[in-house]
Amino acid sequence: MANYTEENLAHELENQEYKFGFVTPIDADTIPIGLSEDVIRLISSKKEEPLWLLEHRLHAYNVWKTMEEPNWAHVKYKKPDFQSIAYYSAPKQSKKYESWDDVDPEMKATMAKLGISMEEQQRLTGVAVDFVMDSVSVATSFKEKLGELGIIFCSFSEAVQNHPDLVRKYMGTVVPTTDNFYAALNNAVFTDGSFCYIPKGVRCPMELSTYFRINAGGTGQFERTLVVADEGSYVSYLEGCTAPQRDENQLHAAVVELIALDNAEIKYSTVQNWYPGDKNGLGGIFNFVTKRGICHTNSKISWTQVETGSAVTWKYPSCILKGDHSIGEFYSVAVTNNYQQADTGTKMIHLGKNTKSTIISKGISAGKSQNSYRGLVQIHKSAKNARNFSQCDSLLMSSECGAHTFPYIECKNSTAKIEHEATTSKIGEDQLFYCKQRGIGEEKAIGLIVNGYCKEVLNQLPMEFAVEAQKLLTISLEGSVG
Amino acid sequence: MITIKNLHANIDGKEILRGLNLTVKAGEVHAIMGPNGAGKSTLASVLAGRDEYVITEGEVEFQGLDLLSLSTEDRAREGLFLAFQYPVEIPGVSNVNFLRTAINEIRAYKGQESLSAKDFMSLVREKSALVELDSKLASRSVNEGFSGGEKKRNEIFQMAMLAPKLAILDETDSGLDIDALRIVAKGVNQLKSPDNAAIVITHYQRLLDYIVPDFVHVLYKGQIVKTGGKELALELEEKGYDWIKEAHPTV
Repeated sequence: MANYTEENLAHELENQEYKFGFVTPIDADTIPIGLSEDVIRLISSKKEEPLWLLEHRLHAYNVWKTMEEPNWAHVKYKKPDFQSIAYYSAPKQSKKYESWDDVDPEMKATMAKLGISMEEQQRLTGVAVDFVMDSVSVATSFKEKLGELGIIFCSFSEAVQNHPDLVRKYMGTVVPTTDNFYAALNNAVFTDGSFCYIPKGVRCPMELSTYFRINAGGTGQFERTLVVADEGSYVSYLEGCTAPQRDENQLHAAVVELIALDNAEIKYSTVQNWYPGDKNGLGGIFNFVTKRGICHTNSKISWTQVETGSAVTWKYPSCILKGDHSIGEFYSVAVTNNYQQADTGTKMIHLGKNTKSTIISKGISAGKSQNSYRGLVQIHKSAKNARNFSQCDSLLMSSECGAHTFPYIECKNSTAKIEHEATTSKIGEDQLFYCKQRGIGEEKAIGLIVNGYCKEVLNQLPMEFAVEAQKLLTISLEGSVG
Repeated sequence: MITIKNLHANIDGKEILRGLNLTVKAGEVHAIMGPNGAGKSTLASVLAGRDEYVITEGEVEFQGLDLLSLSTEDRAREGLFLAFQYPVEIPGVSNVNFLRTAINEIRAYKGQESLSAKDFMSLVREKSALVELDSKLASRSVNEGFSGGEKKRNEIFQMAMLAPKLAILDETDSGLDIDALRIVAKGVNQLKSPDNAAIVITHYQRLLDYIVPDFVHVLYKGQIVKTGGKELALELEEKGYDWIKEAHPTV
C-alpha cells in the first residue's frame, strides 16, 4: 500500500459511477423462470449430481415452502416473487474448460474489465482465483500448483464430482439446511460456488480468491462456499462481487460455511460491491447471505468485510467458538448511500473455555440510506473465561440518513468478560474545513476522513484488497456530504 | 499581500464584522488584539472561507486576486494558511499522509509535479525539527491524542511544511505554557521572510514578546478602531480595553 498514494486515488475517482455496470454479451443457458420440484431436478441433472445431493435439495425445498420470509431486519423492500426468477443460468459453453485457453474470449474480456486478469495473475501475483459468473464457476487458476500441497481449490460442482466424501462430510454442518428462509432456498437451488480444503499442517502459500459476477438479467445467484481448514492449517480467502446495472432487483442468496479444525486458522475477506441501485433507489441487488464458521480447539476464524454495494444487505458472518481457546473476529465496514439499506453484523457464540471474540464494526451512512449494526454475543454456561470486545461506530454523512445499533448480549457464565463500545458521529464540517484550509479538495478530504475512520478494518485486508476497498469507499460516497 | 476593504460579515443574522479595513504588505507582521467577541476569530474564519459566515459587503484582495470569490481550498493553494485556534482531530489519518496530500494538491494546482516520497520525508525531518516536534507525532493520526501544546506546535509544523504567503495565527498562544510558546514563536520567526506576511491574533501581549509585530491593531465591535506599533500592545496589557471601549461607544 506504500506505493498507493492519494493521487492514484484521485485518478481512480474520475470514474465516479458504478463501473461494473456493464453486461457481457454472452450466450447463456438459462432455464425458464419459476421454482418447483421439476426445476430442482432439472438443475441437479444439468449438473450431473449424485442422488444424495438431489435429495438434499428436495428436502430443503420442501421445508422452505413451509417457511416464512423473515421480517425482523431493519430493512424495507418489496419481497421477491420467487416464481419470477430464473434459478439457473450458465454461460453457454460447448465443452468443459480443460485449460485457461478454452475459456471464451468474451469471458476473458469480462474478467479483464473487472480487474482480474487470470493470465497475468497466474504469472505474477500469486493469488489463485475462482471465477463464478451467474451460476457457474468459469475458471480456477493455480489448481495444479496448489494440488502439489494437497490443497483442493475448485468450483463447488467439481468438488461434488471429485471429492464427494469431503463435501458430504462438511456441507450443512455449520449452516443447517433449514437454518433460515434464504439458507433453505439456497440449499434447494444453489448452482455453484467455491470449495476449498487445506490439508493437515499446510499453510496455503497464496491468497485464494473467488470472484462472483451476476451477468444475466432476471436471474438469481445462489452460490455456496465451503472452506475446510484441517488441523494446524492456514488459509486466507478473498471474495469479490459485482453485477450489471439494471432497473430490476436481483436476488443473491449465498451460503458460506467455514470449518477450522483444531489449531487451524481461516481468514475470510469480502469486498462486496454488487450493484447498489441508482440514485433514486431503482434496481440493485438484494444481498441476503448466511455466513458462518465453526472453530474447533485453539483455532481461529477472522471475517473481514467491506460492504459498499447492494440495494439491501442482510448478513451476519458469525463464529461458533466450539473448541476451547478458539478465537473469532469480525471486522466490518458497511457503507450505504442514496437509498441503500444494510442490516449487518455478526454472531459470536461462545461454547468452549477461554474463547475470545472481537467485533469491530464501522457503519457509514449517506444520502437517504439506512445502516444498521446487529450483533449477538452469546456466552454459554460451558464457556468459562470467555472474552468479548465489541466496538460499533457509526458515521453519518447527511441529515437524512439513519444509523442504528442493535447489540444483543446473552451471558450464562459469570466468569465472562464482555465489553461493548459504541459511538455515533457526523462527518465533521470542522474536519472538512480543516482539510480544505490545507488545500485539499472536498472529495479527497472525504476520502481521507472516511478511510481514516475505517483504518482498523482496512488494515485487516490483504494489501491488494485494501487498496481496492479504499477506492470503493471513496467512490461510494462521492458527493454525499450534506 | 492582502487588502481588506469595508468588510461586513454576519453569522445567523448577527453582524460580527462591521466595515473592517486592513492592509498587510509582504514582510510585515500584524497583530490583532481585542476584547472577547470583537470579531477576531470571525475575521480569521472569513478570510479562510468558512461558509457559515455571510459576507454582506466589502472586498478582499489577496495577491491581486479577489479572495472572496475563491473556494476555501483555492485560497489555501494560493498561499493563505490558518493556524487554528482549535486544531481538528482526524482519526486514522496520519499527519504525514495528510500533509503529503495537502502539499501535492497544492503542487498540482500550481501545475507542479508531486513531491517524491524521499523529498517529502526529508522536508518532514527538517521542518519538524524547527518546532521541536517529536518525529513520532508526524506518523500519528492528525492531532488525535495530542496535548494542547502538541496541537499548536503541529499547526506551526504544518505551516512550515506548506510555506504559505500569508499565515493567520488564530490565538495560537492560548493554552500554551511558556516553553511551548517560545517554541511556537521561534518557528514563526524562522519562517518569516520579505516575501511572506503574518497576521497574529491574540488576547495577550506575551506572545508579542516573542513574535515582534510591525503593527498592532485593536479590533472592537467588528472594526479596527486603533492601530499602533508594538508599544500599543504593552499599553493594552497595562490598561485593559475599557479605555478603547469608552472611546468608541457607538461603534
